Amino acid sequence: MTAMKLENVSKSFGPVEVLRDISLTVEDGEFVVFVGPSGCGKSTLLRVIAGLEDATEGTVTIGDEVVNHIPPAKRGIAMVFQSYALYPHLNVRDNMGLGLKQEGQPKSVITERVAKASRMLSLDDYLTRRPSELSGGQRQRVAIGRAIVREPKLFLFDEPLSNLDAALRMNTRVEIADLHRTLSAAMIYVTHDQTEAMTLADKIVVLRDGRVEQIGSPMELYNNPANRFVAGFLGSPSMNFLKHALQDRADVTLGIRPEHLRLGGAGRVQGRVTHVERLGGDTNLLVRTSADERLTVRLFGQHDASVGDDLALDYDDQHAFYFDADDQRIAS
Amino acid sequence: MSARLNRTNVIAAHGVLILYVLIALFPVFVIVINSFKSRRAIFREPLALPDAESFSLIGYETVLKQGDFFLYFQNSMIVTVVSLFFILLFGAMAAFALAEYRFRGNTMMGLYLALGIMIPIRIGTVAILEMMVSTGLVNTLMALILVYTAQGLPLAVFILSEFMRQVSDDLKNAGRIDGLSEYRIFFRLVLPLVRPAMATVAVFNMIPIWNDLWFPLILAPAEEVKTLTLGSQVFIGQFVTDWNAVLSALSLAILPVMALYVIFSRQLIRGLTSGAVK
Ligand SMILES: Nc1ncnc2c1ncn2[C@@H]1O[C@H](COP(=O)(O)OP(=O)(O)O)[C@@H](O)[C@H]1O
Ligand SMILES: [Mg+2]
Repeated sequence: MTAMKLENVSKSFGPVEVLRDISLTVEDGEFVVFVGPSGCGKSTLLRVIAGLEDATEGTVTIGDEVVNHIPPAKRGIAMVFQSYALYPHLNVRDNMGLGLKQEGQPKSVITERVAKASRMLSLDDYLTRRPSELSGGQRQRVAIGRAIVREPKLFLFDEPLSNLDAALRMNTRVEIADLHRTLSAAMIYVTHDQTEAMTLADKIVVLRDGRVEQIGSPMELYNNPANRFVAGFLGSPSMNFLKHALQDRADVTLGIRPEHLRLGGAGRVQGRVTHVERLGGDTNLLVRTSADERLTVRLFGQHDASVGDDLALDYDDQHAFYFDADDQRIAS
Repeated sequence: MSARLNRTNVIAAHGVLILYVLIALFPVFVIVINSFKSRRAIFREPLALPDAESFSLIGYETVLKQGDFFLYFQNSMIVTVVSLFFILLFGAMAAFALAEYRFRGNTMMGLYLALGIMIPIRIGTVAILEMMVSTGLVNTLMALILVYTAQGLPLAVFILSEFMRQVSDDLKNAGRIDGLSEYRIFFRLVLPLVRPAMATVAVFNMIPIWNDLWFPLILAPAEEVKTLTLGSQVFIGQFVTDWNAVLSALSLAILPVMALYVIFSRQLIRGLTSGAVK
């Protein structure tokens, strides 16, 4: 069964079109990530699903009910915001319980669900604190707890990790993945970070300028991007695009991922090292090609390349992507 | 502190501030000391402190004997507090609507309200008087409260809507998803976060309302609805002025505004938003 379905959804603020003709489905228990650069309309799309904005056109279905005219609280959803948005005047327990109280749940149910969520998120010691007395990571857990206690059919996350520092972000990412396994509810997760998208998603929706560019599993998108935008957005370091690598076809751009370039071989790409990044496990070489284009090479392990070295690089044809003048993918 | 400012700078800054305080408080000081002196002493040595010889409570006696003084006091207090309450309540609600909801004519409405800041309400005095006469509100405190509320709203809406735009959208949206009504969101989430701005608006409006002579004189000159400022005028005659009584009345009039100011300024200083967002 589908948990959520969008059909031809558009949204304009006055004359500005922010979302254009978006159709997609989220299956029960699926983890779907909306990814795209800032300002592409991800948050707006999430707010339309939540009912915080009305769609200008199209229908939003949650469960098997069209919810266009149903207020957010009655849509069976819960949302976690980037800025946490905890109620400053309530302690942690009441922050988590408020939604249930508004639903008219009996006290015993509220107590039980809050206790369960706080155990899950190890918040037991902080239940009587105000949000101002918590660290950023703890606030984020409270925000997640507030969503869990509602036991929604659909979770909505709007860039929940972007205010955390790098180490905490990684931990929380894993926790969210765990949470998804435990709760087995459908989740929609918005991010501009391709790593989060690749690591968390069952299904990725790539957005640009309010349009869906491509939908698919992480590996489908990585192995089979529909166009240059998707190819460049997913994968890190991002794909190299070489306009002059194919001498005989001036309007075709060659796309090749940094990890698919290797030293030596037939040497179809020649260049000089301009910068070396040593990460221990990997070595990234920034190279300027003989046709004066930049590219990145990702080599496994440690290499003693240094700036100024001349390199001959090659790749397997099965890993090469070709894009036409309109940035669409072509077969060869 | 000491790392960033050296001693001379600290002293200079404090010197300037102290000087300013002295200048600002000097008239008040003169009024208060003279209210405790006999009439003769007031004119002979206006700047001298009251001593055993010149000390006199005659002014306060006159004021208190005047009988209705407490009534005037009460009238002023009612008018000021109720007007402030309405200004803050309606101002905040209008500001929330302008800041939060997209509707046709939102900008026009904002501009229309801002216009009131530039046009002094006294221009409309005659029309206001006519309205009050035909609604039978002349010589009631209600007349003054309505006029002061109208007078205070434009600036209140202007300031508060600016502050409300800065309240996190996420917080309001979290409330909506948890099923809070727009009223709960307004009263429980937004208002506490704009409390410093509310205090500013209250302080700005309080003094002119408390001190106003114009509208009490025109709309509510009857004995039982006189405000303090109007009531004090009985001591200022065309030919003789009872300076003892005037100065005593003014000294007493300072007290309640000071009390209100202390209440509001504590709100002003308190930073409240910490921990709400991020
Ligand atoms: N309330 C609004 N009024 C007008 N424009 C808006 C509003 N909300 C968002 N936008 C515009 O919509 C676009 C997408 O915004 P948003 O959905 O927040 O992007 P993202 O979350 O992908 O960074 C932006 O260009 C933004 O300026
Ligand atoms: Mg966003």
